[in-house]
Amino acid sequence: MKAGSNLEKVLEAGHFAVTGELGPPRGNNVEEVKHKASFLKGIVESVNITDNQTAVVRMSSVAACKILIDEGLEPNLQMVCRDRNRIALQSDLLGATALGCKNVLCLSGDHQRFGDHPEGKNVFDLDSMQLIAMMKKMRDEKVFLNDKELDGAPAIFIGAAANPFADPFSFRVTRLAKKIAAGVDFIQTQCIYNMAKFREYMKQAVDRGLHEKVYLLAGITPLKSVGMAKYMAKFVPGMDVPEELIKRLSGVDKKQQAAEGIKIAIEQIQEMKEIEGVAGVHVMAIEWEHRAKEIIEGAGLLPRPVVD
Amino acid sequence: MIIGDTKPLEEILEMIEGRERVLVLGCRGCVTVCNVGGEKEVGILATTLRIARKKAGRPGAVEERTLERQCDPEYIEELADVAGDYDAIVSIACGVGPQFLSERYPDVRVFPGINTTFIGGALEHGVWAERCQSCGNCLVHHFGGLCPIARCSKSLMNGPCGGSASGKCEISPDVDCVWHLIVEKMAKMGRAEELEKVWPTKNWLTSRDGGPRVRIREDLKQ
Amino acid sequence: MRLQYPTNIKVIQLPCSGRVDILHLLRAFEDGLDGVYVAGCMEGDCHFLTGNLKARRKVEYVKKVLESLGLEPERIEMYNMSSAEGPRFAQVANEFYQRIQELGPSPVPKAQAA
Repeated sequence: MKAGSNLEKVLEAGHFAVTGELGPPRGNNVEEVKHKASFLKGIVESVNITDNQTAVVRMSSVAACKILIDEGLEPNLQMVCRDRNRIALQSDLLGATALGCKNVLCLSGDHQRFGDHPEGKNVFDLDSMQLIAMMKKMRDEKVFLNDKELDGAPAIFIGAAANPFADPFSFRVTRLAKKIAAGVDFIQTQCIYNMAKFREYMKQAVDRGLHEKVYLLAGITPLKSVGMAKYMAKFVPGMDVPEELIKRLSGVDKKQQAAEGIKIAIEQIQEMKEIEGVAGVHVMAIEWEHRAKEIIEGAGLLPRPVVD
Repeated sequence: MIIGDTKPLEEILEMIEGRERVLVLGCRGCVTVCNVGGEKEVGILATTLRIARKKAGRPGAVEERTLERQCDPEYIEELADVAGDYDAIVSIACGVGPQFLSERYPDVRVFPGINTTFIGGALEHGVWAERCQSCGNCLVHHFGGLCPIARCSKSLMNGPCGGSASGKCEISPDVDCVWHLIVEKMAKMGRAEELEKVWPTKNWLTSRDGGPRVRIREDLKQ
Repeated sequence: MRLQYPTNIKVIQLPCSGRVDILHLLRAFEDGLDGVYVAGCMEGDCHFLTGNLKARRKVEYVKKVLESLGLEPERIEMYNMSSAEGPRFAQVANEFYQRIQELGPSPVPKAQAA
């Protein structure tokens, strides 16, 4: 056991894991964090707390993680390389683990040109691969990146993201393998809509034996409407929404599209359970936290297992 | 070479506002090659400034000169007899020019007439692109001759991020994803396996992050 | 053909409109001239392939400079005409002259004749 987090225990015990996601507010509204968290309590192993996602300023993810812990949920601290150098990343990791965080997700981070402060300077001292390696070193060797001894090493379950749909496709599994070589324990993928392509990706990963070295959680984001599906297909780089899904959503009445989106998500999760190498799902019901339960329950994943 | 871009005319006019004798000073180095600060551009800028000042009824004098280079004291020295005659020198060399001029002629007001933008090369006539970030530790040979530090928007060293789509960077469809190019090039060269290496954290001490850099060649130093 | 065009248009002959330099065009305005136009061959008919296209781009550049100087960009123009089109030459000359008349004199003082 590396961190002893709930997520790690459930995965280690061989259960099909479920994680959720929560975006901190654009302000210091504690109640908002608690409100969103209340919908996720008891239905997921851990909740990803995004780190200024899409480069839009939000409440610090470390602080939001602490609020979740106090609410009795297990957070998964997302950390991006965009805003902090190696000094700040190590320091924040120590701080977050001191407050009780046991899972982290290492990300490069969306470029700030997308965000609400595009004039800012970025950092990118490390890339996500190097962030993984640095955390593993801190945990396993109990030293800083500079080899100096830590006064208290962080026990963390190290995660990273993977986008099977970004280009070049041929390199995607290689990149996954690199993250494993760097020391990652679990992977959460980008939202998956193109199941055929995802199967192809997983086949490549399984052929390389990668599924035996890492827990891979498939990303699921319910489509709220045909408009959202079209937007994601067109404007989100590295997102693959097949035409047939858009057709299926357009085929139902506007008022029924949300329900249809949830139905699609449930079907996807059921398919995921059967795919070799998929250890769980990461349900990203963005600004739709209150519908997460419907999806997870609908997929027959409740109640969540309790592992000691 | 060092690439530059002209500053807005309004900005330059504001710099020289109320200054009678002005020298527009070009450089025959990089900025001549990238058509922003050579003899020809000196002529265009000086003429434009003269038109503006004549129109405003305060013509003064706007003179023109171009030095061999503005990044070598020996050429800066050529102005020794005349620098004091000017109320303003507008240097259209890279950022080194106005600084060397200010250091050598502390009593003369020196203004930058261009913005220094990046180290790059010409893709075609009239189009330049960034190629180097002068990180101080060149590794391009490991990446098929393409620099991920300067050309990846996030300076990633271990492969394309999740925002790479159809060969383009997530920041703009006008920007190539250099990692896409690296992966393709290395595959074509039969070197794809080399990209499996996990690159450790980069030492940025050799870069600007280590503080302003000075290079000394003992064998050449007087 | 005895075609009339305004006598205060000074014609400067060049081997090709592509020979026109941004600096030539700007110098005219520096000397206080009220307007300048470049008469090049028809597009696609340049003896040097792209001379007239380059001339147009230089004219466009100077238009922007004039604008930033607070001068009307209409004071400079690019026209294309074939050398066999005498009437067109005269028509353009009259047209441009008319345009400048309407714009009035350049606010840049005229240079003293040497």
